[in-house]
Amino acid sequence: MLTQEEVSRYSRHLIMPEVGVEGQEKLKAAKVLLIGTGGLGAPVAMYLAAAGVGTIGLVDFDVVDVSNLQRQVIHGTKDIGKKKIDSAEETMRDINPLVKIIKHDVALTSENALDIMRDYDIIADGTDNFPTRFLINDACVLLNKPNVYASIFRFEGQATIFAAEGGPCYRCLYPEPPPPGLVPSCAEGGVLGILPGVVGLIQATEVVKLILGAGEPLIGRLLLYDALAMRFRELKLRKNPECVCATGEMKLIDYDHFCGIVKQPEPPPLVNEIGPKEVKAMIDERKDFILIDVREPHEFQIGRIPTSNLIPLGDLPKRMAELDPNAQYVLHCKMGGRSAKGCDVLRAAGFKRVLNMTGGITAWSEQVDPSVPKY
Amino acid sequence: MAKILIPTPLRQYAEKNNSVDVAAGTVGEALASLTTQFPDLRKNLFNDEGKLRSFVNVYVNDEDIRYLQKDATPVADGDTISIVPSIAGGRC
Ligand SMILES: [Zn+2]
Repeated sequence: MLTQEEVSRYSRHLIMPEVGVEGQEKLKAAKVLLIGTGGLGAPVAMYLAAAGVGTIGLVDFDVVDVSNLQRQVIHGTKDIGKKKIDSAEETMRDINPLVKIIKHDVALTSENALDIMRDYDIIADGTDNFPTRFLINDACVLLNKPNVYASIFRFEGQATIFAAEGGPCYRCLYPEPPPPGLVPSCAEGGVLGILPGVVGLIQATEVVKLILGAGEPLIGRLLLYDALAMRFRELKLRKNPECVCATGEMKLIDYDHFCGIVKQPEPPPLVNEIGPKEVKAMIDERKDFILIDVREPHEFQIGRIPTSNLIPLGDLPKRMAELDPNAQYVLHCKMGGRSAKGCDVLRAAGFKRVLNMTGGITAWSEQVDPSVPKY
Repeated sequence: MAKILIPTPLRQYAEKNNSVDVAAGTVGEALASLTTQFPDLRKNLFNDEGKLRSFVNVYVNDEDIRYLQKDATPVADGDTISIVPSIAGGRC
């Protein structure tokens, strides 16, 4: 049922027989996931919110940069530095407070994709790299959800719907990604600011048509748009009987590896030690790091560095599960000996960013804060 | 003559042409003629074994040559051959 407020808001839809009350209720009941809130995601999110799509999920982990504003019209100058999903949500709420917005502040991975995508009816892929595009395709095939797809480059766009019932998937079109470096990215090749507006709204149109069950969906057809020529062309897209989507062998894989992206092993830390004054500077500058005091509880009672966390050296192995192996750590003890051992324990467990504070709390007392008693 | 449409990402290897007219009886001949004229295109279109790369599709008019006769697909005067590489941009 539509509320009175909804009837007023969506009246231009309601008076068209192709939408009507029934169609508007379908829009209200629909759940659409937008992956990427950049160039393509921006117009899709704004128009789907305006149209009254009831639940809109946003997946992005990026923050707004000034160089985004040339095309990502959902974000404004005041949003620079904000998370894109927060900035997008604010704009969408302003356009239409009646829609529910679900924010997924993550990068889509093989581990989380199925869980995130499962609850939605339609997925719109507005990402910018091959590994994620293959991941979205494969997850859509596995979950049996249509993937309203678009991609852009400079003055050109491509759009279609993949993984619809009986239709082709992205792998039917392109079984493999290009090797890295052969096809330039937008960041290298540039993109006309208006282009994602045009192409994103083709995506939004197809999302709305799928929800309404109206018209001819862009399934089995690859739409090509050339902004310079101002020409649209259409190519036939067939389901490839040899594709993994047809043979039933689809499963999620390591997409970076598939796309030839070699993860550079992180270089070993050049410095394994840090002086007390530098640690003080890190605290004052509110650097993102965790200070661990590996002394015993009674020593901790004598005197401590205010931001420190007590994990006695002997407890470190069993309490390691509490710690994020990717975070930055500084360890200290009384003189620096036990904490050096603690650093070795963490590094052996795969922690990459671990520093030992030289001289321990004794040096801290001498160099930084004499009010901390030496003992 | 058939017209080969060069997509934006590959124009840099084709002296910025967006289309090239070639005289050819098949798609294979048309692409050979194109890469003879613009040798830099070759490594973007074909792998080391001379096979069309799997992220590049070729269409005669609106039909994918993989579902026609591949390289041997005949081309007639006035046909349009489209080269369509995958592009990934969007969030950027
Ligand atoms: Zn497929």
